[in-house]
Amino acid sequence: MSGFNYHKASDVADAAGKSSSEDALPLAGGMTILPSIKLGLSDPSDLVDLAGIDGLSGISVDGDTVTIGAMTRHADVAGSADVRNAIPALAAMAGGIGDPQVRNRGTIGGSIANNDPAADYPAACLGLGATIVTNNREIAADDFFKGLFETALDAGEIITAVKFPVPAKAAYEKFPNPASRYALVGVFVSDGPAGTRVAVTGAGVNGVFRQGDMESALGGSFSADALEGISVSEGDMASDLHAAADYRAHLVGVIAKRAVAAAG
Amino acid sequence: MTEHGIGVSVKRKEDRRFLTGAGNYTDDINRPGQTYAYFLRSQVAHAEIKGVDTSAAEQADGVLAVFTGADLAADEVGGIPCGWGLTFQNGDPMIEPAHPALAQGKVRHVGDAIAVVVAETRKQAKAAAQLIEADLNELPAVVDMKKAIEGGALVHDEAAENTCFDWAIGEKADVDAAFDGADHVTSIDIVNNRLIPNAIEPRVALAEYEAATGDYTLYTTTQNPHVIRLLMGAFVLQIPEHKLRIVAPDVGGGFGSKIFHYAEEAVLTWASAKVGRPIKWTAERSESFMTDAHGRDHVTHAELALDKEGKFLGLRVRTLANMGAYLSSFAPAIPTYLHATLLAGVYTTPLIYANIRAVFTNTVPVDAYRGAGRPEAAYLLERIVSTAAREMGIDQVEIRRKNFIPSDAFPYQTPVALQYDSGDYEATLSAALEAADVDGFAGRREAAAKDGKLRGLGYSTYIEACGVAPSAVAGALGARAGLYESAVVRVHPTGSVTVFTGTHSHGQSHETTFAQLVSEQLGVDFEAVDVVHGDTSKIQFGMGTYGSRSLAVGGEAIVRAANKIVDKGKKIAAHILEASETDIEFADGTYTVKGTDKAMAFGEVALAAYVPHNYPHETLEPGLEESAFYDPLNFAFPGGCHVCEVEVDPDTGVVDVVNFTAVDDVGRVINPMVVEGQVHGGVAQGIGQALLENAVYDENGQLLSGSYMDYAMPRADDVPSYQVSTEVTLCAHNSLGVKGVGEVGTIGSTPAVINAVVDALAEKGVTDMPLPASPQNVWRALQEAGA
Repeated sequence: MSGFNYHKASDVADAAGKSSSEDALPLAGGMTILPSIKLGLSDPSDLVDLAGIDGLSGISVDGDTVTIGAMTRHADVAGSADVRNAIPALAAMAGGIGDPQVRNRGTIGGSIANNDPAADYPAACLGLGATIVTNNREIAADDFFKGLFETALDAGEIITAVKFPVPAKAAYEKFPNPASRYALVGVFVSDGPAGTRVAVTGAGVNGVFRQGDMESALGGSFSADALEGISVSEGDMASDLHAAADYRAHLVGVIAKRAVAAAG
Repeated sequence: MTEHGIGVSVKRKEDRRFLTGAGNYTDDINRPGQTYAYFLRSQVAHAEIKGVDTSAAEQADGVLAVFTGADLAADEVGGIPCGWGLTFQNGDPMIEPAHPALAQGKVRHVGDAIAVVVAETRKQAKAAAQLIEADLNELPAVVDMKKAIEGGALVHDEAAENTCFDWAIGEKADVDAAFDGADHVTSIDIVNNRLIPNAIEPRVALAEYEAATGDYTLYTTTQNPHVIRLLMGAFVLQIPEHKLRIVAPDVGGGFGSKIFHYAEEAVLTWASAKVGRPIKWTAERSESFMTDAHGRDHVTHAELALDKEGKFLGLRVRTLANMGAYLSSFAPAIPTYLHATLLAGVYTTPLIYANIRAVFTNTVPVDAYRGAGRPEAAYLLERIVSTAAREMGIDQVEIRRKNFIPSDAFPYQTPVALQYDSGDYEATLSAALEAADVDGFAGRREAAAKDGKLRGLGYSTYIEACGVAPSAVAGALGARAGLYESAVVRVHPTGSVTVFTGTHSHGQSHETTFAQLVSEQLGVDFEAVDVVHGDTSKIQFGMGTYGSRSLAVGGEAIVRAANKIVDKGKKIAAHILEASETDIEFADGTYTVKGTDKAMAFGEVALAAYVPHNYPHETLEPGLEESAFYDPLNFAFPGGCHVCEVEVDPDTGVVDVVNFTAVDDVGRVINPMVVEGQVHGGVAQGIGQALLENAVYDENGQLLSGSYMDYAMPRADDVPSYQVSTEVTLCAHNSLGVKGVGEVGTIGSTPAVINAVVDALAEKGVTDMPLPASPQNVWRALQEAGA
């Protein structure tokens, strides 16, 4: 660690300006960037802390949309009566991220901006057809996640909120890595205004993705039986010492069925 | 039985300290003028060191010194020694390559230390280390043992075929003949997976040199301070014992990994004199993964010969045992003296032959890890016995009963050197069958099947050997140290007692259980007894704690010292009470003259010993302090039965341990709560090996499971609520009748879990299961069986 400049941003515009240089990074909950710096895997010149900016955290429900501020902690999403009522699968997913320490520090904005290929929130965003709101624009989840740790965000672009359409049915099932307990395979399914969606995290060689064959099948009949016989391509699967590609491909099928069954 | 005596679950004296954060661990200790060390470690598994340029690091902020292997060589610092010597079958000594404390000539595993930086702060030391330029010419690495012995790259030029030794026990021709006459032969191939110990406290060392006196002090996270003093003082640094003090204060878990003398201890002690200031080193967790000695890592082919009734006729075992890149302190003993000699298990197998070949690879050294050889033996036996039963259509319990050493056969001489003194394997088995409700299993399996789950029941009837002994036999088999223990019992003038033990507690509760022993024996309050350990300046001598030896060896030494106290007290009481010594009786803390009401409390006798106004000065010295050295006649042999019930999800391969029963015979139980806790922890580690833990190297010698992101430790929700109980047969050769409990949980449990997994999957055609039975491995086994 060679040291970095710390800035406490006063508002979103200030944060955007200070984090626009190439080696600067916005700091949300810090659950990824701080360990990365300590391990020498990341060496930013500047960290721009978003924690002091008013209005970046909080949850609101407006008609058929749940809007979650970018700095809202996982524990607050998990414990929110509004989220539990509107999208119980989203609250349950947030309650299953990491451990209590992570859930009390980590944020939705930080998670999706980082786009870890084994993180849970990217699956929720893609699986619910969310819209990511930034200081500049609104980006559909389908256009947001661009591969391993890559997103559509420009330098200096700050996520301010995520808007989730309320689905008719949804569920998230996670098969944890036995060591890290990140998702080895996580599948978020939903049926509702954003269509029929199956988003898979943890498994894909390029990070979170939608499983088109399963979505088509579920579009006809939203039931676990509809997924019978759909094979997932090994070629698109990540492979490591816990799960080779063939096992991951198999698990995507099993976990997707369980998610659909749980969605009811 | 008194309120705090033998057999009572006395709450632990040490817990107030530990639970309130008042423990004193090595990293809590800071010395005036202290500096910090950081080790630059090899990131490649095998390379020739062409040069190490430390000039930039030496100029960095706060740096006091940078040392390399060349500096150690210039000072004639010795290599890290090995404490156990084995031989080849022809009697030639094992190949014992040099193990420099900082690499010289070559690096041989990822994590091998190239240089050390000493600086004012830890951060400065670490930053400066990044400025060292090590010119390494990378060489091909050898990781897989089979490749290592078949023409792979040589880890040490002097070790042909990377073989450290090729050793055997048993008469091969006789065993071969038994196989020729067998009705059935069961063969299995086992990879006993490599484990990383993962004590919660990483290793730490803090060395200090007093120039005015020439005294060295090393505070270190060790399980055996005197052993470190001997190995480091005599073999590495040539510092005589009276000038070298080793302090091991509170130590946060060891599991064997803190038995060994590590390079960092020697480097810091040596450097503290060079720099003239105290130096501290605290391992980062990633350093623990790549420098703490690993455990297990055997590749075994085993065959069991049976008659048509399922009676064992002979056992033939061929094991490759991974030593890693260098010989750690006791590595050669693990696959031989602590593994091959246990291959009779609890069975009457009349003929056993084992060939053990120890192999060097470009990996972290492998040495004792909780159980140390005995888990490998128990795993091999319990897997082959269960496999034989399945192949022959014999019930799993029946095949074990048929072959048990009967309870009236003790002492029992096995064909592999050991003589068991006591045991009752039927007692632990039948208690376990009842506690595990084996009778109700069929119903539970049926219910599970309705939920799409596969239930299995697995058994392990194991034995282990605690308290490595006796010194003479161990010496004949390669030990380079004695295996006795010592104790001093110091009674103070007012009758309180300090016990000094050469064992070391790093989670074993000695401060409580040893105080219970002395409290009961001397009849003094439990609170009036304190136990001191872990400092060579306070303890006369000791061999430390490993191999579940503390009570059976160290406890017996305490009892013997306390007996001497009781006897001396009789002489004092006889004088004061004006009676014959033979008429003095001692019970419940009071000396009485037989048949009279004349009596003296123990405390009064203690006071008389220190204020000797009325005292038999002609025949007796004042004071009340006694010491004892105790060298056991034999190992102690705990054994028992573990029964594991699992439920497997065939869709994902996930194994859920739904019930675990352990009935162990650990001899007399001093503190049932402590015994239960030891079994709980041991079983968690055994389940860890069975289902989760696995140290994985790639073919280039990179440790893929080098952090908790990839090395799966058991968590609370991975283990069930255990059913633990004991059955007691007494050890025949120590006065307490104790055997040892530190490792039984680890030794007995792993085979029970895997036998349960195989039982669950048997209906799908699965007959074997690699370790660990991870979800992927279980799923793959089902795929391969065509399920």
